[in-house]
Amino acid sequence: MRDLALRALDAVARRGVTYADVRAVDSRQRDISTKNGKTGHVSSAESAGLGIRVLAHGCWGFAATDNLTAAGIESAAALALSIARAGTVARTHEVTLAPEAQYQAVWTSPMQVDPFTVPVDRCLAVLLAVDKELRHNPGVSLAEAAMQFEKQRQVFASTLGSVIDQTRCQSGAGFSALCYKDGEIQKRSFPNSFGGQFQLKGYELVDELRLLENAPRIAEEAVALHAAAQCPEGEFDLILDSAQLGLQIHESIGHPIELDRVLGSEANYAGMSFLMLDQLHNLRYGSEIVNVVCDARQEHGPGLGTFAFDDEGVPAQGNDIIRHGQFVGYMTSRETAAAVGATRSNGCMRADGWARLPLIRMTNVSLQPGEQTLEEVFDVDHGIYMETNRSWSIDDKRYNFQFGCEIGWEIRHGKRGRMLKNPSYSGISTEFWNACAAIAGREHWTLWGVPNCGKGQPEQVMGTGHGASPARFRNIKVGGAYAG
Amino acid sequence: MPDDLFQQVVEAARALGVSEIEAIVSEEAQALTRFANNAIHQNVAGRSTQLSVRPVIEGRTARATTNRVDRAGIRDVVAEAVAITRLNESDADLPPLAGLPEIAPAEPDPAESDDAQRYFETTAEATPQERAQAVADAIGVVAGAGQTAAGIYSTEESRFALYNSRGVSASYRETMARFSVTAMAGDSSGWAKASACDRRALDPVALARSAARKAAASHNPHQLPAGRYTVILEPAAVLDLVGQLFMDFSGTAISDGRSFLNDRLGEKLFGDNITVFDDARHPLQSGARFDAEGVPRRRLTLVEAGVVREIAYCRQAAALARVAPTGHGFPLPNETGEAPMNIVIAGGGTSVEEMVAATEHGVLVTRFWYIREVDPYEKIFTGMTRDGTFLVEGGKVSAGVRNFRFNVGLMEMLSNVVALSPAVRASGEETFDMVVPAMKVRGFNFTEVTRF
Repeated sequence: MRDLALRALDAVARRGVTYADVRAVDSRQRDISTKNGKTGHVSSAESAGLGIRVLAHGCWGFAATDNLTAAGIESAAALALSIARAGTVARTHEVTLAPEAQYQAVWTSPMQVDPFTVPVDRCLAVLLAVDKELRHNPGVSLAEAAMQFEKQRQVFASTLGSVIDQTRCQSGAGFSALCYKDGEIQKRSFPNSFGGQFQLKGYELVDELRLLENAPRIAEEAVALHAAAQCPEGEFDLILDSAQLGLQIHESIGHPIELDRVLGSEANYAGMSFLMLDQLHNLRYGSEIVNVVCDARQEHGPGLGTFAFDDEGVPAQGNDIIRHGQFVGYMTSRETAAAVGATRSNGCMRADGWARLPLIRMTNVSLQPGEQTLEEVFDVDHGIYMETNRSWSIDDKRYNFQFGCEIGWEIRHGKRGRMLKNPSYSGISTEFWNACAAIAGREHWTLWGVPNCGKGQPEQVMGTGHGASPARFRNIKVGGAYAG
Repeated sequence: MPDDLFQQVVEAARALGVSEIEAIVSEEAQALTRFANNAIHQNVAGRSTQLSVRPVIEGRTARATTNRVDRAGIRDVVAEAVAITRLNESDADLPPLAGLPEIAPAEPDPAESDDAQRYFETTAEATPQERAQAVADAIGVVAGAGQTAAGIYSTEESRFALYNSRGVSASYRETMARFSVTAMAGDSSGWAKASACDRRALDPVALARSAARKAAASHNPHQLPAGRYTVILEPAAVLDLVGQLFMDFSGTAISDGRSFLNDRLGEKLFGDNITVFDDARHPLQSGARFDAEGVPRRRLTLVEAGVVREIAYCRQAAALARVAPTGHGFPLPNETGEAPMNIVIAGGGTSVEEMVAATEHGVLVTRFWYIREVDPYEKIFTGMTRDGTFLVEGGKVSAGVRNFRFNVGLMEMLSNVVALSPAVRASGEETFDMVVPAMKVRGFNFTEVTRF
């Protein structure tokens, strides 16, 4: 891997470049799922290749190949330069990069049990036990459970002289119970929807999630939702569980602070951002108790955005994004840092494998724990508590959002009351975060993984981390998804 | 790639005592020139080859995939697939590998060959310089209008071959070009996109002109109140919203209880003017004419005059339902089974201009964004309008309007269609390309307005 990366770097550098970097990547993935008492799928995949990024003639070029012969590498290097040269026909400015030091480093994400050493039949036995427990409830029409493991080694080499060898291993697991009855589909998932929980850990994550012991409750809730009251429409104090709040952070803080979006790079696809440059240090993003960080360092936790160096060789960093409600920071790259007056990138460039170019991506964008107890978070006369995302949508500048959740409960005088089905809420990002009235403490804080964040053309899928504790928001519009 | 690749797969399997094996070989070369702020800012190309194998051993199956296609890589991926298959559970409903006569013919008639229609060297051999020049011309149009351009021009070539030890040998190759452009003018924007197997069918300058016109016309947008409106949805808006329906036209989805068609098959769910086919051979469609097990794709009448008539079945779902497979199966093993992937919604005879002229008060929508399912059985979806949303008054486009959030039940929406344009190949961002008309719809439910 190291030799491949250096050979490719040499192949491109000797042709004459302003800057170049190479990522040689070797990845392995295993997916296992069950469905209604049977295997859903068992699959494994491996992929090795390299991507060459070059800055020449004032323009970027990028070529990727899985032909790792000398001829294949030479061909990719020549193509990367040819592409950069072609870009000069539509160039408005010379690309300049913020300075960065050179590094020689080797880093491996911590894990206790390498998931690729756990036999497939043992994984299946765990999932089938969960499946059986779910279908023990006769109301469940469809029980699904899954595990996913991925290990990726990447050697980064650049013309700055850096050679960085990183290995990351991520695991994920979860299950769901779907109940179709009387012209209605209801579903509950654990520990989160869309695949469950994902972290930068080994197989130990599966044991920590306590899948089996939660299966009866989840099955019961999926069936009970059919008899539950429809979530009312109106303005309510809203309490969110930490998993839903993680996605709320992702959509209404994480994406808007991507500086490439702000500068227009994503305008044709993912869109732009309401956070224009003059709002840095001037916008009250949230209430006084809202503190948000973007932190890729290992000490933040085993998030999907944890690493030692980003994909352009910048060390992992932890930065404030919102401090006591004030907007204080974007996510940047070496190319964009100067736009906000920074002299250095804050290390947020990440690529989806060897075949894709690094882009500014979320690392771990987390809401810091608050000072309230869980009882204080729920201490409202009349509110609504929602759990587990069901749908999410936000406009292309990240102002107007609408989320649906799998389940809700009415809260009366601080106590959980009747169950509510089809709960949803909507709002404007900054108004929502300014309505934040209570955040539970560290003991209720979870670092959630979003494994499927899409961005870029060609589209790239990235894992991001979002820490959150349950929190309360005042006078939020609820129930709009079913209105009218 | 070795010429005798599948033979090597078979021999590696036999050495492990396995006689039933399937292999999928795919090769792809993709290049994409991306622009923003009136300049090319990301410019990429990539090439990959993948071998994916699936043994069947006593009712068990599993898949292993690699991009190492030398002799050692082939041997390793077969060994991995066999090892994880042997550790899998047995499934009495797992079909054996497909064989004659249900599979695609090993030697397709050249006159019927997909390659003749869907593979173009002009697309496969497009150079970075050609893409860059087309982008520069499009930027020139938008910048000339005092606006800012962003977008992509991509060209790609893909080959796909399916083999199995029961005699399936089917292959397919295709090229695809896509051009998309957003024009931004301060407080407004416009967008246009097209795709075609032959890049000569794309006109980047015309697309740029269309986007720039929309950006100019939606300048200084008005804020309308949320509520129910008559809307005119351009084809990309129809595609991205209505396209969300079709994963449910699946025998497996129905047996799982996750389809909105549960207990509704044969019912009239949409208006008389809604007819939908799945047709892999349609001249504006793309993709192989056989599915991931080699079964030829049958043309399906999914909806006829508002009534749901047919759904797709993979071999396993077909056996359970005691019907014939339709050729829409995904690579095994999987949980989702099958879905129609070559959607053609029958059009009408009313142009978008005629729809506008016949509208007293309504909203013209260029495209939707971030569409997500709110209710899986009532098929309620939410999302936003984007990049060109207009007020129509007295038969004319009178102003741009701020973007709306909608919450719409698709069965209701498709019962309220009052006019359709001729169907075209449409390309959006929320689902795969389809052949769809523009639609004029009454009572479309806009529930909120955003800030721009």
